[in-house]
Amino acid sequence: MAQYLVLIYEDEAAWAAGGPAAEAVSKGHAEFGREHAEVVLGGNALQPTGTATTIRDGVVTDGPFAETKEALGGYYLIEADDLDQALAIAKEVPTLAGGVEVRPVLVLG
Amino acid sequence: MSAAAAAVADAHRREWARVLAATVRVTRDLDLAEECVQEAYARALTVWQEGVPANTGAWLTTTARNRALDELRRTATLRGKLPLLVEPEGDPVCGGASPFPDDRLRLVFTCCHPALAPEAQVALTLRLLCGLTTAEVARAFLLPEATMAARITRAKKKIAAARIPYAVPPAAELPDRVDAVLTVVHLLFTTGHTAASGPALRRPDLVERALDLARMVRLLLPGDADVAGLLALILLTDARRETRVGADGRLLLLEEQDRSRWDAAAIAEGVALVREALRRRPPGRFALQAAIAAVHAGAPRWEDTDWREVVALYDLLRDRWPSPVVALNRAVAVGLAEGPAAGLAELDRLAAEPQLARYGYLAAARADFLRRLGHADEARLAYEEALLLTENAVERRFLLERLAALA
Repeated sequence: MAQYLVLIYEDEAAWAAGGPAAEAVSKGHAEFGREHAEVVLGGNALQPTGTATTIRDGVVTDGPFAETKEALGGYYLIEADDLDQALAIAKEVPTLAGGVEVRPVLVLG
Repeated sequence: MSAAAAAVADAHRREWARVLAATVRVTRDLDLAEECVQEAYARALTVWQEGVPANTGAWLTTTARNRALDELRRTATLRGKLPLLVEPEGDPVCGGASPFPDDRLRLVFTCCHPALAPEAQVALTLRLLCGLTTAEVARAFLLPEATMAARITRAKKKIAAARIPYAVPPAAELPDRVDAVLTVVHLLFTTGHTAASGPALRRPDLVERALDLARMVRLLLPGDADVAGLLALILLTDARRETRVGADGRLLLLEEQDRSRWDAAAIAEGVALVREALRRRPPGRFALQAAIAAVHAGAPRWEDTDWREVVALYDLLRDRWPSPVVALNRAVAVGLAEGPAAGLAELDRLAAEPQLARYGYLAAARADFLRRLGHADEARLAYEEALLLTENAVERRFLLERLAALA
């Protein structure tokens, strides 16, 4: 078994606009969590990048680490045998106007 | 070449992938498996001088696997920390006369995994399935060896760290994953069929590798229509290899080629495969391209070509695989079926396609229809544009001659 972090990148403007599509994705997340409860070790949605604070070389500044159209909006930590299994699960993560990045967790020791 | 050296060279081409795939099962580490297989081939060079074994593949596999087991024992503690290839349990397929399971399909799907960059998939395929050295792979893609070595190392690291499995994908994912494999083989073939630059039109080394790979995948997935389609396409296209360039080195168009010198055996094999591939509905893109090649192969002379059939096949292909290059080839076929004015009208509709902006064949095709219509000035401009877009010496010479003939 290995762990993978599924990073959800979304267009924040689309989320801010709300509407039925955004509601459907929210519901989709609840369903995803129920359906994959066995392999989802954790996950959260994040506040928008407008709330982010960056610290670089000790200097504190307002805003996200990188300004991009699609920003990190949430994540799941999942468990899978291999990348194929992780991708199959990650494909079911609902997104509104973006996508997900799947990263293996580094195992130390 | 001595008998032993000849046998090793033959076994390298025919057995490399199978020996490596079986050794990976022992090492669960691509680099170590490669080292052990290379050593087995090196040992064969001396040992086989005493006599070539009856089953060379089994000899090589046993030698490589024993070498791997020694190495694993020696470095057991060190290796405990390395990420190993993930290998789900499954029934190994025992093939033919070999006492070892045939794991080549696992190796094929690992090399052509969509989580790897396309150029890395191609490099790994040449390295692991065809047994090319990194220097040879670099030469195949006209890249510095260091660049290619870095590309291969990065890909292998990702396979281990992200746990890309050494496995045949489940049935539900198989069509997409087979398509990824065929895309790699097709890219190798097209790269060899018409070299992007250099003195020769064709790169026989790459074409032969692509043909070997297509045959290997066909053997491993005998029921797959897309696989049959790609093998057919390669056979039918490459059947014209001896006639594509004239004795004076000049590029010969389909129209000018001596069809009696097309490879009749390759055509017969290709046509049978096309029939098989077309039985599946809807037919895949490679099957349709192969069917078009089969129409040409079936016409005794250029004048006998059934252009309406070609256009109809391109229509199907365009639905199945809407690419600007397919649209371009279809437009050319329309011109040959209905006359240069109709072809030109089709081509002009494609002029705005950004993907074709740097594609020399669009300009060359326009030039040809303009020439046939007697619009010499416009044809000249189009030939000049086409010349700016190809670095292949044989193609350039053809275009320069056409340009000179307009004057």
